[in-house]
Amino acid sequence: MRPLAPISNVTRVLLGISFFVLFVAAWGFVTFGGHVSKTFLADPWTMVQDGTQLLTKYNFSYDIAVTIWRVVGGFVIAALVAVPIGILMGAYKPIEAFLEPFVSFARYLPASAFIPLLILWAGIGELQKLLVIFIGSVFQIVLMVALAIASVRRDLVEAALTLGARDQGILARVMIPSAAPEIAEILRLVLGWAWTYVIVAELIGSSSGIGHMIIDSQALLATGQIIFGIIVIGIIGLISDFLFKAANRWLFPWSQI
Amino acid sequence: MSKLHIENVSRVFPAVHGGVPTRALEPTDLDIADNDFVTILGPSGCGKSTLLRLVAGLDTPTTGKILLDGKPVTRPGPDRGMVFQSYTLFPWLTISENVGFGLREKGVPQAERNSTVGQWLERVGLQSFARHYPKQLSGGMQQRTAIARALANGPEILLLDEPFGALDNQTRALMQELLLGIWERERKTVLFVTHDIEEAIFLASRVLVMSARPGRIKADLRVSLPYPRHYTIKTSPEFSELKARLTEEIRAEAVLAAEAH
Repeated sequence: MRPLAPISNVTRVLLGISFFVLFVAAWGFVTFGGHVSKTFLADPWTMVQDGTQLLTKYNFSYDIAVTIWRVVGGFVIAALVAVPIGILMGAYKPIEAFLEPFVSFARYLPASAFIPLLILWAGIGELQKLLVIFIGSVFQIVLMVALAIASVRRDLVEAALTLGARDQGILARVMIPSAAPEIAEILRLVLGWAWTYVIVAELIGSSSGIGHMIIDSQALLATGQIIFGIIVIGIIGLISDFLFKAANRWLFPWSQI
Repeated sequence: MSKLHIENVSRVFPAVHGGVPTRALEPTDLDIADNDFVTILGPSGCGKSTLLRLVAGLDTPTTGKILLDGKPVTRPGPDRGMVFQSYTLFPWLTISENVGFGLREKGVPQAERNSTVGQWLERVGLQSFARHYPKQLSGGMQQRTAIARALANGPEILLLDEPFGALDNQTRALMQELLLGIWERERKTVLFVTHDIEEAIFLASRVLVMSARPGRIKADLRVSLPYPRHYTIKTSPEFSELKARLTEEIRAEAVLAAEAH
């Protein structure tokens, strides 16, 4: 293999799929072959059966919808708050000096550690779930957006200045459009992290959602159901990633050239 | 009264990490007449770009003052259009949106903007690329767009900082002719920084030679070759004579600069 040599699209897709096949084959080998106990790891077929049962008998699609709603809800609120703050922090040094130390500190506070407090403050309702995701995402987005805005090409800003742009114009017509594709990429990344927070939030004090199903299945030692839940999360992540990328290509055609 | 008046302007960059401050530009006096095409010639690192950035208002002089039409320069503004050596078109805007950037910032209505942009795209031969993005164009085309973008704004003076420095020789020669053609029509005041001797003579009505760092103006020559100039002028005896003379001036400075580093 030569380093960096390109491969065709067909080869790329086939190679991508073949790892999934290999993964399931290895899983099937250790489970069907009796190398691990069924108590600890269900085989692929049991997983499919359990999954079908979850969807047909136990209304699992409702749990999936609830989880998606929580992730998207918490994430959208976090983005609405964090993106403008990040832009202001990146553009204006006094605002950065004022907020950056606190945000950097807050970023390291684990969202899951807030769950007991949040239950105390907001109960075990939807608000508490949204808050976990909000706390987990908001500081990350602020810092990353601020960095994206601050690292805008200096020569583009100077070119705009010599064309008569003033402070507001520089921000609105150079810094924001220049950093927009990167901001979209940041949101895609943080949405991925938001999925981990929601499951943790649902493991504790919840009566619906994918995480709640997983913790219930643990009590019944239904490893097939647990694996099915995990795989569903993976598939949803894959789909949302694909949608995000497609939206970015459509919104920012210039950054793909 | 001169178009651009530079009086006792110097620039010293403060010391970094306990080093010595850098004297980029010695106190300089300079007057540029209206409609003149002035090239500033010097070895790299001689402070010629610093001088241009001071005129643009992108940097502040340590001493002295700069007056454009009698008004002091304090910050960048649309009366001083600039073309940079690096490609500075806005990658998210199409070619025509790039050219119309300054007009939009001024609040010129759409219809008027479109017609001005159209005219300038035609003058630089890029009408058929109006809807392309900068990255789809070659380096020469991008710099042509950058010139159109600066001029569409109707500046009092055009500042160019080695705009053709990154282009190959053939493209560079064509760009010089294009710029000269535009200047012969528009007769804007132009300040053009370069380290290419031939380029400096071919374009200019006046050549300023700068010394090695700390930069100061060590020679000031009128180029009396008549306009409009054809590229064949580059092989004429007068041209060769000027070139020989400037080569000597620059060589001495390049040697000094090489020893200093």
